[in-house]
Amino acid sequence: MPDIRAASAASEASAASAASAATAEAAARPLLEVSGVTKSFGSGRRRLTALDGVDIRLGRGETLGLVGESGCGKSTLARVLLGLERPDAGTVRFDGTDPFALRGKELLAWRRRVQMVFQDPFASLNARMSAAELIGEPWRTHRDVVPTPKAREKRVRELLALVGLRDSDAHRYPGEFSGGQRQRIGIARALALDPDLIVCDEPVSALDLSVQAQVLNVLSELRERLGVAYVFISHDLSVVRYIADRVTVMYLGKVIEHGDTEEVFDRPQHPYTSALMSAAPVLDASRTTADREIQLQGEIPSPFDIPSGCRFRTRCPHAENLCTTEPPPLATRGTTAASGTHTALCHFPLGVAGESAGM
Amino acid sequence: MTRTAAPAPTGTDDPALDVEGLCVDLSTPLGTVRAVDGVSFSVRRGRTLALLGESGCGKSMTALSVVGLLDPAARVTGGAVRVRGSDTLRLSPAERRKLAGPVLSIVFQDALTALNPVQPVGRQIGEAFRIHRGLSRREAREKAIELMTRVGIPEPRERARSYPHQFSGGMRQRLLIAMAVALDPDVLIADEPTTALDVTVQAQIMRLLRDIQNERDMALVLITHDLAVVAQRADDVVIMYAGTVVEKGPVRDVFSAPRHPYTQGLLDSVPEHAVRGRPLPAVPGSPPELSAVPPGCAFQDRCPLVRERCVRERPVLRPAGEGRTTACHFAEELTHA
Repeated sequence: MPDIRAASAASEASAASAASAATAEAAARPLLEVSGVTKSFGSGRRRLTALDGVDIRLGRGETLGLVGESGCGKSTLARVLLGLERPDAGTVRFDGTDPFALRGKELLAWRRRVQMVFQDPFASLNARMSAAELIGEPWRTHRDVVPTPKAREKRVRELLALVGLRDSDAHRYPGEFSGGQRQRIGIARALALDPDLIVCDEPVSALDLSVQAQVLNVLSELRERLGVAYVFISHDLSVVRYIADRVTVMYLGKVIEHGDTEEVFDRPQHPYTSALMSAAPVLDASRTTADREIQLQGEIPSPFDIPSGCRFRTRCPHAENLCTTEPPPLATRGTTAASGTHTALCHFPLGVAGESAGM
Repeated sequence: MTRTAAPAPTGTDDPALDVEGLCVDLSTPLGTVRAVDGVSFSVRRGRTLALLGESGCGKSMTALSVVGLLDPAARVTGGAVRVRGSDTLRLSPAERRKLAGPVLSIVFQDALTALNPVQPVGRQIGEAFRIHRGLSRREAREKAIELMTRVGIPEPRERARSYPHQFSGGMRQRLLIAMAVALDPDVLIADEPTTALDVTVQAQIMRLLRDIQNERDMALVLITHDLAVVAQRADDVVIMYAGTVVEKGPVRDVFSAPRHPYTQGLLDSVPEHAVRGRPLPAVPGSPPELSAVPPGCAFQDRCPLVRERCVRERPVLRPAGEGRTTACHFAEELTHA
């Protein structure tokens, strides 16, 4: 099993040539590689498949936007990434290591590297702990990160400054902060262990618009300064488009489209992605919803009763007989080598027929 | 669908709803605060007015005052709410109840709490016909089924016997709309009607509301925090901040050239046109607590245009172009567009 601290120990080890080769390899491999992950709950007729063969990939310092409606499996996926839910099948590789194979100290050390920012800054902070206690709480478990009380005090101040709060805020309690400030505390707390990856579950959905922009700015700035990677779960497409490098769209437990943010937004291949984007209201009043909206019929089917063939066919405006009988293949539209591929799980991906003529 | 006793509008150009100088006080453990301070607006039949603002700005409190459903801790302390020529704030509770349904109606955000969990939905929808029109149980049931068909509930005859928890979020919202429009109100108030729903279902509900509004020539008051919904759906917009109206006017004009720095700040905060990698032009700080609204302009602490006069003198709404008003001393400095 590769040493999970390979990356953090990289600078010290660079003298030895063998180690430097390993370092180069570590830098080249993705931070996170999830392949074929399946997770079900319950059994028999009450069996719910929350994730069905999910693949995702994320590089160091990158942001992956995870988009989908209720029941698509995005929260279960987040739990798998945090190591809170063990997949039934498939593999998770974090920096080359399978976190589910770790035990004891190694597991504890791994947990430091993946942290979480929650949706509701009112529910996720203990009202009886001060900002300093909340931010420093992870150090109670991970004692060696910031060993002395003096160093901890200093680190709390640094973290507060990183998220745009003041020194004097350290001794205030959650009730004294606004929603946006609380979310900043949540972010500072997630940063306390210097993670490589932060899973953000709808981190700005509970915030007012004017405050949402502040928190998005904090997240972008941290990514630049600290090189932290994000898995950014959101139902707000304009937020995802702004913050994410790549986008993964999920529907009823499957990834139905994946690609570079610009690619996916400008040339969606899956009819669901396209409908989702057209359904979201936009500010530009000249583009009225009625003109561009692709109307989806009905609602998301029950995850207990997933349609045969393509699971989106019951609502798809382009569905044909084939979609009922055959599960769709993964259609790939290659972009550039650097940005990876743009894939969609569809028998009749959009824009592909006209691609040779149009592009 | 045939409707009996379709209410005649009081006059073609008269507003269906006219709110003037509405003030609401709220008792809190820390004393009384003014939650709504001198809010005025009016809306005609067939038109949509949006009340836009962030949490705590008083938009929902305004809506609840209009329909007379304020929490007991809140009290209307001034102003008028006129429908069909009478001020509802001066009516007796019994007289007021007669207006609820045939004149004024509301669709709430959270359909699960707004519906009675232990009564079949058909009976809840039909209740209005029994109370206001004196229909029999059977007749009310037929009316309810008719309405359920109209709002797109599949198999309405069977589903009328189901309970709220047996419906999805989107279907529950449809039931609430059916209930709200049962008696053909002049004015329908929709308080964040799609906030709790998924994007694709949201679009369906907004479309249903639009179609029903057009069919019945209702005035619609849309309470929302979503600028894009306002842009797509409303004719006029009233922007609220800390209990007061800061800007008012036709949506297209207001959104293309705002006349209040708060409106400008909100529009800039939308990530829709932002460039990835560049910071969003965020409004600093957060709205003031209602118990600590500063004297002078409520927006002064967050405003890029702030100066001495804003701290000293509370701006009042004043004309700012055709059909538009602003509550900013220095609105003219924003007219760069």
